[in-house]
Amino acid sequence: MLTGALIVVISFLYVGLLFAIARYGDKRADAGRSIIANPYIYTLSLAVYCTSWTFYGSVGRAATSGIGFLPIYLGPTLMAALWWYVLLKMVRISKAHRITSIADFIASRYGKSHVLGGLVTIIAVLGIVPYIALQLKAISASFSTILQYPNNLISAAPDALPFLQDNTFYVAMLLAVFTILFGTRHLDATERHEGLVAAIAFESIVKLVAFVAVGIFVTFGMFDGFDDLFSKASAVPELNALLVQGGAAGNYMTWASLTILSMLAIILLPRQFQVSVVENVNERHLNKAIWLFPLYLFAINIFVLPIALGGMMHFPAGTVDADTFVLTLPLSENRTWLALLAFVGGLSASTGMVIVETIALSTMVCNDLVMPILLRLKALRLTEREDLSALLIGIRRAAIVFILALGYVYFYLAGEAYALVSIGLISFSAVAQFAPAMLGGLFWKGGTRLGALSGLSAGFLIWLYSLLLPSFAKSGWLPITFLTEGILGIDLLKPQQLFGLQGMDEISHCLFWSMLANIGLYVSVSLWRRPTAAEHSQANLFVDVLRHVAAGSGPRFWRGSATVADLQTLLGRFIGPERASESFASYARSQGINGVDQLTANAVLVHYVESQIAGAIGSASARDMVASVVIEEPLALEEVMTIIDEASQALAYSRQLEQKSRELEAATNELRSANQRLQELDRLKDDFISTVTHELRTPLTSIRAFSEILGDNPQLENAQRAKFLGIITRESERLTRLINQVLDLAKIESGAAEWHPSALDMREVIEDATTALSQIYKERGIKLTTGLPDALPVVYADRDRIFQVVLNLLSNAANFCDKPDSRVHVSVIVEETALRIEIADNGIGISANDQSFIFEKFRQVSDTTSGKPKGSGLGLAISKEIVQHYKGRLWVVSTPGIGSTFSFTLPLPRSKLAFLAA
Amino acid sequence: MIRPTLKGQRLVALFLLGCLLFNYPLLSLFAGDMRIWGIPLVYVYLFSAWAILIAAMALIIERRDQ
Repeated sequence: MLTGALIVVISFLYVGLLFAIARYGDKRADAGRSIIANPYIYTLSLAVYCTSWTFYGSVGRAATSGIGFLPIYLGPTLMAALWWYVLLKMVRISKAHRITSIADFIASRYGKSHVLGGLVTIIAVLGIVPYIALQLKAISASFSTILQYPNNLISAAPDALPFLQDNTFYVAMLLAVFTILFGTRHLDATERHEGLVAAIAFESIVKLVAFVAVGIFVTFGMFDGFDDLFSKASAVPELNALLVQGGAAGNYMTWASLTILSMLAIILLPRQFQVSVVENVNERHLNKAIWLFPLYLFAINIFVLPIALGGMMHFPAGTVDADTFVLTLPLSENRTWLALLAFVGGLSASTGMVIVETIALSTMVCNDLVMPILLRLKALRLTEREDLSALLIGIRRAAIVFILALGYVYFYLAGEAYALVSIGLISFSAVAQFAPAMLGGLFWKGGTRLGALSGLSAGFLIWLYSLLLPSFAKSGWLPITFLTEGILGIDLLKPQQLFGLQGMDEISHCLFWSMLANIGLYVSVSLWRRPTAAEHSQANLFVDVLRHVAAGSGPRFWRGSATVADLQTLLGRFIGPERASESFASYARSQGINGVDQLTANAVLVHYVESQIAGAIGSASARDMVASVVIEEPLALEEVMTIIDEASQALAYSRQLEQKSRELEAATNELRSANQRLQELDRLKDDFISTVTHELRTPLTSIRAFSEILGDNPQLENAQRAKFLGIITRESERLTRLINQVLDLAKIESGAAEWHPSALDMREVIEDATTALSQIYKERGIKLTTGLPDALPVVYADRDRIFQVVLNLLSNAANFCDKPDSRVHVSVIVEETALRIEIADNGIGISANDQSFIFEKFRQVSDTTSGKPKGSGLGLAISKEIVQHYKGRLWVVSTPGIGSTFSFTLPLPRSKLAFLAA
Repeated sequence: MIRPTLKGQRLVALFLLGCLLFNYPLLSLFAGDMRIWGIPLVYVYLFSAWAILIAAMALIIERRDQ
């Protein structure tokens, strides 16, 4: 039989062994040969997740709800798959900013906010202290079980003894001493505790080995393997019901809620943050832990159900508490040493949790609750103290004692009360409130301080109201009417049927309402306002941490001045002068500078000092402290504007460049088309010259021919001679006319022609023209008629030029009329904006093909009857130029064989338009 | 240095698969009265799905990038 003394000795020996391991770990770390720097130790330290709640509680839970114990381990398995992104980010950020607790992390993410850090700390302490009490209770219960077996098995906890006679009190004291020795050995910017981690990893091995040993003993020792055990269990009606109905079929909503809660707990519980983020030596270790840690959970869960079933079959129903099966089964078979191993396993599960959780909480309490307050109390003049490191360590140690004492008091008061039974899940629900601010902060840049603050507060209050206070009511510390009738008797406010929501278990109920409020407020309040500059800067550093590794840690915008000596003194006040000078020396080395005296106090150094101090007192306080020595010129709005301005100027400049290049392209295109036009004009000029010379040669040839005839034949008759001389004169005149027209056209086209506009009466012009040509018309027997209105509005144009146009069109008409009853009719029509002059003939007409080019130079319609062109071919071209000069239009409508109508318009002056419009 | 590569995406996919496997409605398919070697089907299912998931994670992590 085991005596109390033996058990006490073994307990103390075990804790002594932990001391030795921790000491060895620290020594190796100081010597630079870490024993924890490998993924296996890292994984084992993560297994601090498995507490006595796993070791004893899982079996108890399996005995009442079958498979219902499993979600608590499936959730972390699922989350492990996301560690690749989530945990890696947390580790990177924490290393870059020397973040040492989850409160610090959240505070730092939202612009280094004291209030947020404090709130997180309070929630964590309130949520976790009962959980610590649960571990103490487990230690106490296992102690009394193993001591009093086979008596007193239902009431697993001893009747409350005066605490001086209570072993649990001494265990708590011992744990406090251990935690203080190895958790606050010295202040370090990284807050890493190698020896402690080594001890925790060792504990993880112990609890796994112990539990599996008991499992194997039950399955293969007491029964004949799984097959036998399950078959026998199925034969018992109650157990069969548990196996079938108590399985997952029970309540899928509870199942899902527990999965989600445990998923969040594995990254948000302070102790998990401590071991997985703060104590992480190398982020590569994360890799293997992703699958090794779930494997550990798998291994420790295989035998939960066999032990539960074995216990229920072995002991008569109701005689032994299922929570103690791990101990009582070996005891009942007289396997004393196995029972002792199980006891030590349970002890390691409890102590591991208590130690790490206490360190994590004490860091938070010191950095995010006590220090900010102390530093603000001007009366203490703390900011002027020379060396604060002793004070800091003192606060940490006091916090450790305080938290453990709190846990013990809770355990002592709660005893066997309801409050302890499902306290694990209540704690999980509390830390789950960090999820929106934490995960949102990791992946969403828009989250703001106010959003996080309001979400957290709302979630916390709902947790308090719907989970923690009801547990107090069930323990009898609050009137039970609080639960059954709601606060003030208002039905809708029943804590566990909030707003009438029913049909959910209390955990799912709390999870739903708290997350609704938490996420809802976090998102909506964050979206309410634009983040401030500080929040924005931090958000970028956190969310994009995987993107810029090397540059990611530096402050984005900083202006200020400080001396290196000031900074070193400041750091010395928090971590001690020696460590400070070491730290500066190593910083100088890392910057490639020979000595500390050659350092310059720039933004990077200030940030380095700030992050070192942050390790000791938290990021928010560190910022204040650094600001006290660094004459930091706050980034004024104008400067921010300048930075933004510079950025936008650069942007504008690049836009201008783009614009310029587009313009250049357009100019190039214009040049290219201008060049093409020039080439075209050049070609036209060549054509023109060759045509003109050709046209000139025709009359010249005939003049020369007739002159030669006259010269060679002096005996020609006079009549003949006169005829030839007449031809020569006419050809000369034609030549002169042609040259005049060419010159005229050239002048008009080049813009060198002189214009003499005057008020013009078209009636008069047309009458003059018809008079001038009446002789020719009479000779050719063509009837010329006019249809002119009595009064015409005046137009402004050069009289001679317009006269020329009319004359040209009339002589053209005469040239193409060769029928016996030829007629030419000239008319003027007053249009809305212009005068239209029409000259219509009933001559041979112009084919559609010819109409298209008759207005071009030297193009004329060949006379189909004579084959010889009449005129120079420039008349219409010149007419068109003249009409176009006065913004008019010249065109022809013609049907071959019936006649042609040439029309041109001359715009009316504006005043006339106005007159007509009126 | 851990690079957020294909491995990370594979793990996320595995996470989603796990969420499906470990929850209603897939879970309810195995809630019957059937036994395998005397062990209720749902236990066999959960533990084997769990084991497979862990094995897949190990495979993804440990496999060298081609």
